[in-house]
Amino acid sequence: MTIGLNEYLIVAALLFTIGVLGIFINRKNVIIILMSIELILLAVNINLVAFSAFLGDLTGQVFALFVLTVAAAEAAIGLAILVVYFRNRGTIAVEDINLMKG
Amino acid sequence: MLQGIAFYVFSGIIIASALMVVLSRNPVHSVLFLILAFFNAAALFVLLGAEFLAMILVVVYVGAVAVLFLFVVMMLDIDFTALRSGFMRYLPLGAVLAIVMGAEFVYVVSLWQFAGGASQVRALPVPQGVSNTEALGRILYTDYIFYFQTAGLILLVAMIGAIVLTLRHRPNVKRQSISRQVARERATAIEMRDVKPGQGS
Repeated sequence: MTIGLNEYLIVAALLFTIGVLGIFINRKNVIIILMSIELILLAVNINLVAFSAFLGDLTGQVFALFVLTVAAAEAAIGLAILVVYFRNRGTIAVEDINLMKG
Repeated sequence: MLQGIAFYVFSGIIIASALMVVLSRNPVHSVLFLILAFFNAAALFVLLGAEFLAMILVVVYVGAVAVLFLFVVMMLDIDFTALRSGFMRYLPLGAVLAIVMGAEFVYVVSLWQFAGGASQVRALPVPQGVSNTEALGRILYTDYIFYFQTAGLILLVAMIGAIVLTLRHRPNVKRQSISRQVARERATAIEMRDVKPGQGS
């Protein structure tokens, strides 16, 4: 039972799909949407590291490190915006975020 | 053999806990399952020989991001049941989309292979006889130094941005004014009164 690259890619693909599903079915809850985005980025990282390991090329791991950095920054800013929004409006439902009529 | 069992256990837990993140009723449970998923992803990274990224994943995600999520979920006073009202309405569309997307991914993954000369054009081949952390450090601080510093700058901007967004000055709150405190002198702060005996109160 040897584990090849394809097994890792399938795990990452399933994780990515679950993340997209989470964005679709939790359309009102911004916190769950942010968590789904974290899952999607984790899937991308698993892909990068798996390719890096099986190809013997370190570039993938360096790139995964930068993805991790940006994901952490995104989570911090996203949650800060969420806190400010909740303070001003008293709700975090996505459907109510239509102040700018975009 | 042992590696195969470990892979299937870890990836099974990842998939299951990711599903629980998405489907759980209570957002606190979602965050806890997210932490479980990240731990098992770190274990997968160890299986792949990327120890440094595994440790970074535990430190950054479990130590910082997940705690931040937990903090926000518990701090905001939100009626989460109201936010789930459209759950069943969106489920069919989401399920169809997820099944189509997952099938496409699996189809693509099962058909591809490395090109013949792929191992000849590697940008940074893994050096022999060097640990993963040392190899990553060697290239991160030389070839990728500008990207590394840009990453640091991004984190700095995120930190300042989060502070600026959430900082607020409420009116009618007594605050310590350090400059006024330091600027006080003996002449203005202390006054000598001559109180007559028996009349001081």
